[in-house]
Amino acid sequence: MQHKVIDIQDVVIRFAGDSGDGMQLTGTLFADSSALYGNEISTFPDYPAEIRAPQGTVSGVSGFQVHIGAVEINTPGDFCDVLVAMNPAALRANAKWTKPTATIILDEDAFDEANIKRAGFQTMNPFEELKIEDRNIIVSPITTLTKESLKDSGLDNKSIVRCKNMFTLGMCFYLFNREMDHTFEYLEKKFKKKPQLIDVNKKVLKDGFNYASNIHAIANTYTVAPAQQEKGTYRNINGNQATAWGLLAASEKSGIPLFCGSYPITPATAVLEELAIYKNLGAKTVQCEDEISGICTAIGAAYAGNFAVTTTSGPGLSLKSEALGLAMITELPLVIVDVQRSGPSTGIPTKTEQTDLNQALYGRNGECPIMVMAAHSPSDCFDKAFYAGKFALEHMMPVILLTEGFLGNGSEPWKIPSMKDYPSIVAPVVTECEGKFKPYVRDEEKFARQWAVPGTPGLMHRVGGLEKTPEGVISSDPQNHEMMCAARAEKVARVANYIPDVEVIGEKEGEVLVVGWGGTFGHLYTAVKEFQAEGKSVSLAHFDYINPLPKNTAEVFSKFKKIIVCELNSGQFAAYLRDKHPQFHYHQLNKVQGQPFIVKDVVDAVNNIL
Amino acid sequence: MKYTAQDFKSNQEVRWCPGCGDHMVLMSLQRAMPEVAEAMNYNLEDFVFVSGIGCSSRLPYYMNTYGFHSIHGRATAISTGVKVANPKLAVWQATGDGDSLAIGGNHFIHAIRRNIDINIVLFNNRIYGLTKGQYSPTSPLGKITKTSPYGTVEQPFNPGSLVIGARGTFFARSIDSDIKLNQEVFLASAQHRGCSVNEMLVNCVIYNDGSHKEISDKDVKADRTITLRHGEPMIFGKDRDKGLVLGEDGKLKVVKIGENGVTEKDILVHDAHCQDASMHTMLVEMKHPDYPVALGIIRDVEDGTYDQRVEAQLEEVKANAKIHSVDELLHSGATWEVK
Repeated sequence: MQHKVIDIQDVVIRFAGDSGDGMQLTGTLFADSSALYGNEISTFPDYPAEIRAPQGTVSGVSGFQVHIGAVEINTPGDFCDVLVAMNPAALRANAKWTKPTATIILDEDAFDEANIKRAGFQTMNPFEELKIEDRNIIVSPITTLTKESLKDSGLDNKSIVRCKNMFTLGMCFYLFNREMDHTFEYLEKKFKKKPQLIDVNKKVLKDGFNYASNIHAIANTYTVAPAQQEKGTYRNINGNQATAWGLLAASEKSGIPLFCGSYPITPATAVLEELAIYKNLGAKTVQCEDEISGICTAIGAAYAGNFAVTTTSGPGLSLKSEALGLAMITELPLVIVDVQRSGPSTGIPTKTEQTDLNQALYGRNGECPIMVMAAHSPSDCFDKAFYAGKFALEHMMPVILLTEGFLGNGSEPWKIPSMKDYPSIVAPVVTECEGKFKPYVRDEEKFARQWAVPGTPGLMHRVGGLEKTPEGVISSDPQNHEMMCAARAEKVARVANYIPDVEVIGEKEGEVLVVGWGGTFGHLYTAVKEFQAEGKSVSLAHFDYINPLPKNTAEVFSKFKKIIVCELNSGQFAAYLRDKHPQFHYHQLNKVQGQPFIVKDVVDAVNNIL
Repeated sequence: MKYTAQDFKSNQEVRWCPGCGDHMVLMSLQRAMPEVAEAMNYNLEDFVFVSGIGCSSRLPYYMNTYGFHSIHGRATAISTGVKVANPKLAVWQATGDGDSLAIGGNHFIHAIRRNIDINIVLFNNRIYGLTKGQYSPTSPLGKITKTSPYGTVEQPFNPGSLVIGARGTFFARSIDSDIKLNQEVFLASAQHRGCSVNEMLVNCVIYNDGSHKEISDKDVKADRTITLRHGEPMIFGKDRDKGLVLGEDGKLKVVKIGENGVTEKDILVHDAHCQDASMHTMLVEMKHPDYPVALGIIRDVEDGTYDQRVEAQLEEVKANAKIHSVDELLHSGATWEVK
């Protein structure tokens, strides 16, 4: 067989196996190597809620999809060019995501009768059952080969079998002409204290590479050239890490120490874990006894003068609602990060959704508007976390930042910014005043109150959940209450003077305006670009700021014949827009499956109204 | 002294019912704080009074200090945040039996377990006053209230046992009207490094009048309570002729000095600083009519505090850190150049 190296623009690879097979690591290593090589990448970890779900069953399949490109990449890809399936269940769960032209790599050793049955196949011929016989299926005895490769390693059988993911990774490196240097470096670092494992893993990786080059089943290998990227220094970053770093950046910029009170919850935990590392940057983290304590310790810290943050996911935000009202009425700066997941209740906790928008906008007792913003990509979490901090601190109010499991766990290359390019953050801290300090007297422009921090002589005052007059005296006077409610709402509304206009991607005027918010950006952008390449009049307006909306929102909408609001819920943003701008008709594209859009979903929906 | 009680009084009108025990606790706090400021070198602006919801939680408005009147049950979490954010502050918390032991029970036990250096004043009137008379987690079994018209069918908490069970390092108990003892325990509480819980047995004149009268009434108090002081024998009674000894069954026993050959030397000496909590547990659980109810500083032991450990770890990590700024952080780990 003639071996060809084919240059391609982009390729999607999906690694799938039992949740204990190390597929997340395999995928991450492949993605990182590609990013270092200079490819554009986008990743999508898709894992079950159980840490070790029943072995060999479809419910226990853990997947990691990576999209690499020599061109701009904005999504992890809809369908894959290569599927690595470590057992029949992984094949069964993922076959539907393969392109007709896909290559499928299987571990032959896992395809025994018992496993095929356990995966829920009716017959002993999974390929026929899945109707994928026409795919390029490479069946290799990966477990046996791994055992053979490491037979002299001195490792026990269990540890040897665990290395089969590295063998598979080696095969993929061959398939895509990838250098293994980055992975070697990673292994050297990870197993610093167990040098034996460094050599073992390197060997099995190389053996996988050599095996793939020796068998003649792989007709062609592929190169995905480095993408044309802007000059600069790049790194890989996932959304949760970016969120944590953005908060640290806001703390550094403002000169106010960071405090995070939080409680572990999927998929937000990594933000707390990340912040817990950086005590060297002055971050204090308290892992609290519950979600309520998470926000309440943060409120206490805000009162005491820290830049306070609490991180959570949907159910945790529900638990924090009452305290959120307290932060709002006491007018203390606080950032609440909600890494949204599938609900209601526990829902599908490891899967992504945008179903907390209503909760973020309305989920409190009393008149309690709160600023809501959303990040649109993994690296954008950095900027949005920074600005959430800036708005909270400068306007003296809680700010909810919505991200999503898809963003939190997903990663992409990021041109490293410089902190000098970020604006200053100046909180209205007061150190002295004439006469008695009046806690709820506002500045004219932002309507923000002043922040008098305990320990400051002469400014002793009391705050709390009871309604007060601007002077800080408890009051149940009807007029005062209405005035104070209006003033607090006005403060949030006035943020519109400080946020950027919503940008229109494409023609500013035309047939269809695709409207989205949050983590759907990549898919919407890719779909809209496809239409634009075909010369069709489809533009995109993607909202990072939700409450308040950008001031140009109505003007942007008015220039299009049709508007379609696309979101991973049943229409929460569409309903919000109908409330705020009822003069327009809004079409909807909704998906509530715990999964991101695929580009085709968007293309079909737009075609329906074009 | 730098301050007087007057300096700690705010200009707000005190709105508790006339005759409420809370007035006396407030007065005790305002009198104790100048001593606390002196002993601990605090200024007026260093004090923060935090509260939850309930009658007693109105207290921060009456103190001329920084204050935070928060939401039901959450004062302990807010206090924790204040103290961790700025460990130099003197954090005091006013809370009730409903606020801390029912809705806020989780925060209460975990603050105690962490040993965060805050001072909790737990107003225990064994009733929900602000919601007008429902039973609380400290109401005795059978208590008739609006929500238990036939009597409660649940046993109450003993706050002292709860504190010790949660690894508490400081527990004191006093009665609202005993202003001198209140001041004494507040000062000790301030000097204690760690989470201190001061249970105040207070009367609710409206919904639970005589909340603690079986031990607090003037004519019975001396015989039905014992005020414990570290290093002093456990003697009580109007005639100071009764004491506590350890019986052969390992339980505490009330004896009369001068009877059956008992002398003062036989009486147990209180050791509030003993790490082992067995004796403190027996003391906090003493109940009328079998025993006198223990007042004063029952447990006061040393342990590292949460806020100190947070600070120490922060300093240690800073001293050994390779990353000193966000720019350095952004460039840490694997990066690559695009030229």
